[in-house]
Amino acid sequence: MIEYSWLIPTMPALAYAVIILFTRRSKVLSGLISILTMAACLGLSVGILIEVLAKAPADRVISISWSWLEIPPWTAHVGVLIDPLSVNMLLVVTLISLLVQIYSWGYMHGEVRFSSYYSYLSLFTSSMLLLVLSNNFLQIFVGWELVGLCSYLLIGFWYFKPEAADACKKAFVVNRVGDMGFLMGVITIGMVFQTFDFAEVEKMVSTGVANGTFQTGFIAGIALLLFCGAVGKSAQFPLHVWLPDAMEGPTPVSALIHAATMVAAGVFMVARTYSLFLVDQHAMTVVAFIGGFTALFAASIALAQDDIKRILAYSTLSQLGYMIMALGVGGYTSGMFHLTTHACFKALLFLGAGSVIHGVHNQDIWKMGGLWKKMGITAATFVIATLAIAGIFPLAGFWSKDAILAAVYESQIPGHIVLYFAAVFTAFLTAFYMFRLFFVVFTGEPRDHHAHDHAHESPFTMTIPLMILAILSISVGWLNLPGFDAYSKFVYHGEFHEEVFNWTMAWASLLVAIAGIILSALFYYWKVFSAEKTAETFKPIYLLLKNKYYVDEFYGWMVKKFVFGLASICTWFDDNVVDDGMVDGSGWITRKMGSLFSLTQTGYVQNYALVIFGAVAVIYLMVSF
Amino acid sequence: MNSIPVLHFLYLSIILFSIGLFGVLIRKNAISVLMGVELMLNAVNINYLAFAKYWNWNTLTGPVFVVFVITIAAAEAAVALAIIISIYRQMKSTNVDEVHYLRG
Repeated sequence: MIEYSWLIPTMPALAYAVIILFTRRSKVLSGLISILTMAACLGLSVGILIEVLAKAPADRVISISWSWLEIPPWTAHVGVLIDPLSVNMLLVVTLISLLVQIYSWGYMHGEVRFSSYYSYLSLFTSSMLLLVLSNNFLQIFVGWELVGLCSYLLIGFWYFKPEAADACKKAFVVNRVGDMGFLMGVITIGMVFQTFDFAEVEKMVSTGVANGTFQTGFIAGIALLLFCGAVGKSAQFPLHVWLPDAMEGPTPVSALIHAATMVAAGVFMVARTYSLFLVDQHAMTVVAFIGGFTALFAASIALAQDDIKRILAYSTLSQLGYMIMALGVGGYTSGMFHLTTHACFKALLFLGAGSVIHGVHNQDIWKMGGLWKKMGITAATFVIATLAIAGIFPLAGFWSKDAILAAVYESQIPGHIVLYFAAVFTAFLTAFYMFRLFFVVFTGEPRDHHAHDHAHESPFTMTIPLMILAILSISVGWLNLPGFDAYSKFVYHGEFHEEVFNWTMAWASLLVAIAGIILSALFYYWKVFSAEKTAETFKPIYLLLKNKYYVDEFYGWMVKKFVFGLASICTWFDDNVVDDGMVDGSGWITRKMGSLFSLTQTGYVQNYALVIFGAVAVIYLMVSF
Repeated sequence: MNSIPVLHFLYLSIILFSIGLFGVLIRKNAISVLMGVELMLNAVNINYLAFAKYWNWNTLTGPVFVVFVITIAAAEAAVALAIIISIYRQMKSTNVDEVHYLRG
């Protein structure tokens, strides 16, 4: 199977080409091609997993390269790198992509550009798989930019809505900022190491640091440049602003790209280049604190949002922060494990939200309510995902979140206790805002009777993926049951370390999550406390959260003040120096010189003859003396 | 013939050339200017032959060039006279100072 692994990114790319070129007119055919291709990719990925599992742990890294471009002394390669990390990502991407594509069949029903939608999904999956399978920095960058492009296309899928058009531009531009750093990191690596191959770079770094060729600070600088890319793609503070706006895209797209796979690419990339980060503790500290801060920051914003998808978007930010923080404190396995479980329950949450939106044609949670009776399957699967993300025993989120908390607590980086409490508090907030969402949407009395009467359960193409994801949200965490540890024994960096599950800490975090749920129920289910009155009492804080800490406004102000200021200086320079001075000036000089020299054109032929002979005489004199 | 030194030919040539140049630069009548040009060309011819005689008579380069110069001078005179005639038809004059349409 492994020798056919190159087919995994190739097949969806071909599906994209076939849909765009031939089957665009037939919605059914286009959708079927896309879904069947994805099923084939999933099958191949499972085959590869089985084959890799059959090998001894030391032989599980297989790298195959083909030469792509030869510009001596450089050779750019394309290749596949099969190791536990990429196999893990392969399964996540192909599985979620397949389920989302099946779900989209119902969700996008009646959409005019149905075929284009499926072709974009295929292209996205192909790019993501190219990124995941790459064995060198150049290829990962190509995949990185391609998924960014697909994200742009799909956020702006309903381009006739001005918000969607703005959002896709915003996503693209904000990602450019991070990608600039990533590109600089890749170029530096190419210049310093003369190769882009992950394994070779890793080897050179370890020997170079050991014998003092490279200073650790230098390697840390490269690592942080790469991390800039991850900050952009995984929407970490301060480049998080694009992800909430990206919710303007179709909901299945939000589930696939902006929750489960593409935004996890940043986390994956940090894991892929982990040895560069491990060299210097300062780099790790920066990573951990950016992750931890984003987790808390985004969770607090989610408390005061009203749009069902935006709440989930901030929750995604917060969970991505968790993963980045885990990687920063050295919890490689726990970070990747959380990525995997999060992909299942967050995709489920988004698809559930999509099902609700499909039913009530609205995204404002305050216009929903009492949907439990109308949409049984959606509500049941949604509550499973909500429990999973809150970290309730024994669902997936409990095991992965707890692994992260343990990793943070036991890490050696300065200030890890602060991070630990921030992470625990984030877990509390997560439980609170997720159950706020659940109680408001699914329980109580319907607030908008028109929408409520219209609400209906979604077709089976949508509910089946929900049910599969619900099963996964419950059971994926069991891969890492204490004592079983299948996941930890598979995905790890360097040497395998047996980790003892810390039950005390696990029960503590479970208590915190339950406290969050109970508090949420007191506000929104039993209505013992009034949410409105609390918001009124803490009005400044409420407004701060509701307006997302005014980060967008701050960026707007910055752009107005500095970028436009710089632009007006440039405009002045262009108008006065370039245009008036250089362009008009050269014209003026030419004209003046022309009128000056036209004085020599007397029209008297004998003058010309005199000048010619005079010149000959002068030249003769010059040559002879 | 051998008794005449080469310098004498050159004196003759330079006198002829100067007269021609003087005519070209000073005379106002276009035909006189043309005549000046012919004198200058003939001064050159004398130079060719003189150097050919005193330098190397065997290669014939000098005399051949003289034949060419005479040919071209004839062609040039024909063209120049044609131009002068058309100018005369236009302006009823052959004064070169009056022909200055191309002044800048």
